[in-house]
Amino acid sequence: MHYVSQILPSLISGTGMTLSIFFWTLIISVPLGILVGLGMITRFKPLTWLINVYVWLMRGTPLLLQLIFVFYGLPIIGIVFNRYDAALFAFILNYTAYFAEIFRGGLQAIPVGQYESARVLRLTKWQTLRKIVIPQVVKIVLPSIGNEVINLVKDSSLVYVIGLGDLLRAGNVAMARDVTLVPMLLVGVIYLLLTAVCTLVLKRLEKHYSYWR
Amino acid sequence: MLELKGITKKFDGKTILDQVNLTVPDGQILTIVGPSGAGKTTLLRCISGLEVVDSGKFFLDGQAFDPATNRDNDAVIGVVFQDFQLFPNLTVLQNVVLAPTMVLKRSAADAEKEARALLERLNLGGKADLFPYELSGGQKQRVAIVRALAMHPKLLCYDEPTSALDPDLRREVEEIILKLKREGMTQIVVTHDMPFAESIADQMLRVEPKE
Repeated sequence: MHYVSQILPSLISGTGMTLSIFFWTLIISVPLGILVGLGMITRFKPLTWLINVYVWLMRGTPLLLQLIFVFYGLPIIGIVFNRYDAALFAFILNYTAYFAEIFRGGLQAIPVGQYESARVLRLTKWQTLRKIVIPQVVKIVLPSIGNEVINLVKDSSLVYVIGLGDLLRAGNVAMARDVTLVPMLLVGVIYLLLTAVCTLVLKRLEKHYSYWR
Repeated sequence: MLELKGITKKFDGKTILDQVNLTVPDGQILTIVGPSGAGKTTLLRCISGLEVVDSGKFFLDGQAFDPATNRDNDAVIGVVFQDFQLFPNLTVLQNVVLAPTMVLKRSAADAEKEARALLERLNLGGKADLFPYELSGGQKQRVAIVRALAMHPKLLCYDEPTSALDPDLRREVEEIILKLKREGMTQIVVTHDMPFAESIADQMLRVEPKE
């Protein structure tokens, strides 16, 4: 117990980094994902082509590799990020692609008749999107978004590769120094707690949207 | 009064509607009948502006207008879709007041008052706060009619109003359509149900499939 209280402060500060990456990625990637998802269903071909290439790159290569490219690769062409910004940039790029794909699927699940029905009622495109399409899409995509949110909690551990001190890295340091698995056990428990909170919030959200079918 | 002159519509070079002319006087019911694939629904979609015609002209009360681009005058054409297309995320009342408040800029209280009166008239009193999934097919259709009426249309169009309903509900739709006619509504009904068409029509248009 004494040992646990000794290493806990470093683990908690690592958790701070994990949460910071998690929240900022989520807050920026979800709205961006909606926009990019909308871009994927427009009839403007060059745009959809560009987005498809972007999504293919982001989903087709490991996030670990993307982190390395952003932090070590981009400086070669004169774009220099500090470690934290590089991590955030890579995470946002990566997660926006996943969210965009999910939103595209959700948008395409809305029957054409809903748009036509709104059109003959003379609602503008924006009114249709805001009042009819987005509320329905949110309900459809919530379970898939939830999956990605849980993944994001754990993916945030990849930032160690560019030398950021997150939860997993804090555990790793303690394990190597004290030659014991106890820090890693604690790391596991903390991740479980974080994902449990996410699961709970997502369940609540799904329930909130269950008033209609 | 709605007039169509020389309406032609092609899909991929195939002519679906060829020089259609028709006149629907105010307060009358025109039924459009014919076999599947003859272009009944296409004609209705052209009139309601969901398809752009290749040639021809529309006149409402003698004024030329283009249903596909006409968005900001009061030549409103209401549509009751075959599958109703109510908005599932909104209650019955919200479905009805959405367009009057957002498009016609009516006050919420005003729009709601009128919506409730309309719902009452079509035997939907007490259903205002339900969601579409809680309604029967016939009720959904009546909500779709109320939603269209709330925009004060000059003309109300129905696409196959009997096809999604139980046979015994056919009488009910018939009664509603005739009731609206008595109140002066001009209506166009697309249907493949001949007895139904005959019992409501002032005028019948037969469309035949093109070769």
